Amino acid sequence: MSSNPLPSEPTAAVGRAKTTGLHIGDVRPGVAKADPILVADGVKRQFGGLTAVDVEHVEIPRHAITALIGPNGAGKTTFFNLLTGFDKPNEGEWSFNGRSLSGVPAFRVARMGLVRTFQLTKALGLLTVLDNMKLGATGQRGERFWTSFLPFLWRDQDAQIEEKARELLTRFKLDAKEADFAASLSGGQRKLLEMARALMGEPELVMLDEPMAGVNPALTQSLLEHILDLKDQGMTVLFVEHDMHMVRHIADWVVVMAEGRIVAEGPPDTVMKEQAVVDAYLGAHQDVDLGVVTGRFTGEHTAAERELLEEIEEEPK
Amino acid sequence: MDILQILSNTAAQILNPTTIGFVLAAIGLAVHFGFTGLLNMGVAGFMAVGAYGFAISILTFGLPWWVGALIGIAAAVVFALILGIPTLRLRGDYLAVVTIAAAEVVRLLFLTTAFRDVTGSADGLSGFHTDFRASNPLPAFSGNVGFGPWSYSRDQWWVIIVGTAVVVVVLLFVWALMRSPWGRVIKGIREDEDAVRALGKNVFSFKMQALVVGGVIIALGGIVTAMGTNVNPNVYVTSQTFYIWTALLLGGAATIFGPVLGAVLFWVVRAFLSNLLPALVDIGALPFLSGEQSQMLVFVLIGAALMLLVIFRPQGILGSRKELTFVK
Repeated sequence: MSSNPLPSEPTAAVGRAKTTGLHIGDVRPGVAKADPILVADGVKRQFGGLTAVDVEHVEIPRHAITALIGPNGAGKTTFFNLLTGFDKPNEGEWSFNGRSLSGVPAFRVARMGLVRTFQLTKALGLLTVLDNMKLGATGQRGERFWTSFLPFLWRDQDAQIEEKARELLTRFKLDAKEADFAASLSGGQRKLLEMARALMGEPELVMLDEPMAGVNPALTQSLLEHILDLKDQGMTVLFVEHDMHMVRHIADWVVVMAEGRIVAEGPPDTVMKEQAVVDAYLGAHQDVDLGVVTGRFTGEHTAAERELLEEIEEEPK
Repeated sequence: MDILQILSNTAAQILNPTTIGFVLAAIGLAVHFGFTGLLNMGVAGFMAVGAYGFAISILTFGLPWWVGALIGIAAAVVFALILGIPTLRLRGDYLAVVTIAAAEVVRLLFLTTAFRDVTGSADGLSGFHTDFRASNPLPAFSGNVGFGPWSYSRDQWWVIIVGTAVVVVVLLFVWALMRSPWGRVIKGIREDEDAVRALGKNVFSFKMQALVVGGVIIALGGIVTAMGTNVNPNVYVTSQTFYIWTALLLGGAATIFGPVLGAVLFWVVRAFLSNLLPALVDIGALPFLSGEQSQMLVFVLIGAALMLLVIFRPQGILGSRKELTFVK
């Protein structure tokens, strides 16, 4: 496997370069990657008669931001759960950095450097924001039962962890909240906290399940920057998202799931034009501003909007 | 009605070995429920295992009292492992179901006549205090010594001293645990164990450790109770478990001193009511009740108090409303 030192120099705030040259050969579902960090093979999960996930082969490229998109019920979150050990597949093999992960419990997967967040945020409400962060650090001496009684063994390490937690909180603009209970944070702030907490363990691969859901536009902007920063710091990101603008903006690679299968993958600009993807998920009118179409807002109609309006008018009453 | 006698009986309850045992059980339950979020509904079972382990080691095997206490503790560790290994991987409510059943199994095992020679069956065990009392270092005195309502015999004082010392050590122990990173993980598990798992912590192992620690503290409660009185299977019934829950919720589940305050207050109120109500019946103030019924009314009032507590002050007396509420 040729390791590919990918150019990820942080250009100025506007428009950071996308990582290209991730794949080997033709772009198609299951294409081999130059340097895959995560490889899944024949992973299948059934709930009774329903096959939620049936992934033949997929590779996630290292040092890149990969988006996993697909309609509701496509099995994205289930696939996340399988990869991180929170659920067990009926069959299949998958490996992280070349080490097999099948049968490895979730906590050990996290220790290996694959950390995830949840679609419904799991901020530990009745712990302070700072304690939430400190919990994210791995290998803490004070977490062992008998050494926890001997503060001189863990106090130094704890102070270092606290310093690191404060740094991250400052970066995520949560430093003013460190003494508050996490329950008092807003939904968006909890998303930020969860992401910051995941970084405490210095993961190699960060898996974000709908990081933007329910986050206001201003915060979305800063979350996007944080995700791009992760790549600059040498981490790999895999995220599930429904906001196509965001996917286009930050993803280097897009994997499309529908009905449990990988139906398409490729760089965002090409994959989003594929007919299968448009049919399965995006719909033909993804760029149309519905407000303008419905006449609630006035504005110049684009060609696509005029076409949609005509289609609506043609509908038999 | 002798109000002074009632108050004196009530005050005497504070240093009663049974109260001290209750305090310990409530602290252990605080470790389980308040800090880790484990729904242990088998508190009485853990107490019984400790008390019987202590008494049987002395009576049947003729061991010294402190070895008996260690065996009581070891029995609680085994009991916690047996309960925890199959249930802690499952959702929290399963532990509640299994513990409540296991506590009953334990009680019925001690009650059955099959093991009468060892357990004493329904009569329970008595006469195992000789060795413990012989270890009393207090200077010899006869009669009761003390102050006001707190006058006790030499034997009773020895139980009170040992029991209080155990409470102090256990409080320090729990305090040290809960302020450490270990305690942070434990509280994280209470909030959301999947989140903690995603951060690379072995949640099952932490829950098991907490179940064992809390179980040992509850068993110490059983042992201290046994040091003061006889051991009887009728004490370790399910309602005992709920009294301890009441005491814990009264004081504040996620606090260090809450269970102490709650347990003492519980016994004080209970003693006060069970002295006051029959006295009120005697002077005809409660014409609709007989003396026996008034004793039952005490428990009705305790049940009502538990409901009111959970509804109106779920965080207990010492808890902060932000830190822990019973209903999330």
